Amino acid sequence: MRRFFIFAAVVAALVGLAGLALTRPKRMDHAQLDGITPDLVRGKTVFYAAGCASCHSAPDSVGEEKLVLAGGRRFATDFGTFVAPNISSDPEAGIGSWSPLDLANALIHGTGPEGQHYYPALPYTSYVNMTTEDVASLHAFLGTLPAVAVESAAHEVGIPFSIRRGLGAWKLLHLEPGWVVQGDLTDQQIRGRYLVEALGHCAECHTPRNSLGGLKRELWLTGAPNPNGKGHIPGLTADQLDWSEADIAEFLKSGFTPDYDSAGGEMAEVIENTSRLSDEERSAIAAYLKAVPLTSSEPSSE
Amino acid sequence: MINKLSMYAAGLLSVAVFGTAIADEGENPAVKARTSIMQLYSFNLGTLGGMAKGETEYDAASATRAANNIVVLTQIDQSAMWPAGSDNVSDSSTRALPAIWENFPDVGAKGQALSDAAVAMQAAAGQDVEALKVAMGDLGGACSACHKAYRAPKD
Repeated sequence: MRRFFIFAAVVAALVGLAGLALTRPKRMDHAQLDGITPDLVRGKTVFYAAGCASCHSAPDSVGEEKLVLAGGRRFATDFGTFVAPNISSDPEAGIGSWSPLDLANALIHGTGPEGQHYYPALPYTSYVNMTTEDVASLHAFLGTLPAVAVESAAHEVGIPFSIRRGLGAWKLLHLEPGWVVQGDLTDQQIRGRYLVEALGHCAECHTPRNSLGGLKRELWLTGAPNPNGKGHIPGLTADQLDWSEADIAEFLKSGFTPDYDSAGGEMAEVIENTSRLSDEERSAIAAYLKAVPLTSSEPSSE
Repeated sequence: MINKLSMYAAGLLSVAVFGTAIADEGENPAVKARTSIMQLYSFNLGTLGGMAKGETEYDAASATRAANNIVVLTQIDQSAMWPAGSDNVSDSSTRALPAIWENFPDVGAKGQALSDAAVAMQAAAGQDVEALKVAMGDLGGACSACHKAYRAPKD
């Protein structure tokens, strides 16, 4: 009997250790960013394609004010209320003291500079597919934006979600690099896939979630309940969205639907970003969407 | 006493029923008038948008005609078309948010931005298709700015 207890204790300790190891925040190796020359023009494109300002600009800011990334917007969810932090170039209140590697760890692994897990309100499940060239260029572009010394507010999240180590387990389930839409894609569709799946994080709203808040990747871009209240976020698959590629590209530029109604609500915010991209990039997004199947063959992750 | 009370209740009930019936049928002429202006915008934008998307061939004359119409639409004095009580809380036939009536100066500023974008389109439409495409983006931005702030999402 005593032997059994010792055996059980050893097993429990091993499982615990393995759990600790598996849920430890991941970081990149410095060498992965070596030899990259940041490109400000590219960084600006990444900034708009990834929609940084939509969450990190101060509440109610419009136009050029959106380049002041003071944070403070509140996002109420089933797991608590997240408050977007200051990511301006201020070295104390913002992220001005971060290295390109710090930014890469945040966006690709969801890991902060002190080695803490970030909540997936930062869409690192998409950004995990970003190239290191894009991260380094974004880092350089962010450095050109104004510094603002507003302290970031704490998230309002209760137990158990306030235990950040638990996010390591969540990441094991939901954070993995790789493309959802596979197969025979044109170069244009591959560019569009990068813009949608890696930078644009369109799926965060347009794909339904499971009970843990992870995306149901097998229902990719098939539409979802609106997290901010009434209504339904529409599906974007080729079967659901019967707009032409030119219609989609025009919508992303001017916000006009094929009926010449205009985008409202959250999508109007998105179009403030996509209107800053090039015609080629908007056409690539449209070409990609035409390749999205109604459902993928991946097994359900629930 | 009971009689008086029940008559009062019946009166309230009929007001409620009657009131709802009006709202559901969307008979407020002010709402109809402003909705019809939106339809005129959409028709003329369709001409310009078809060219911007490359669905129809660029034609300076018809583009200019559509842009002129849009400028005229921005000049209509709509102040009588937005009476109190024609918001989406009082009237289910509209998506106009009550915030409009609380922020008239901002609504006016957004209207002016639309007017400026329409004038810019008027200049661009007769120029060439590239200029038209740029102006289309700005015009769309002006439409969205107001819809984002003051229009309820579709159900």
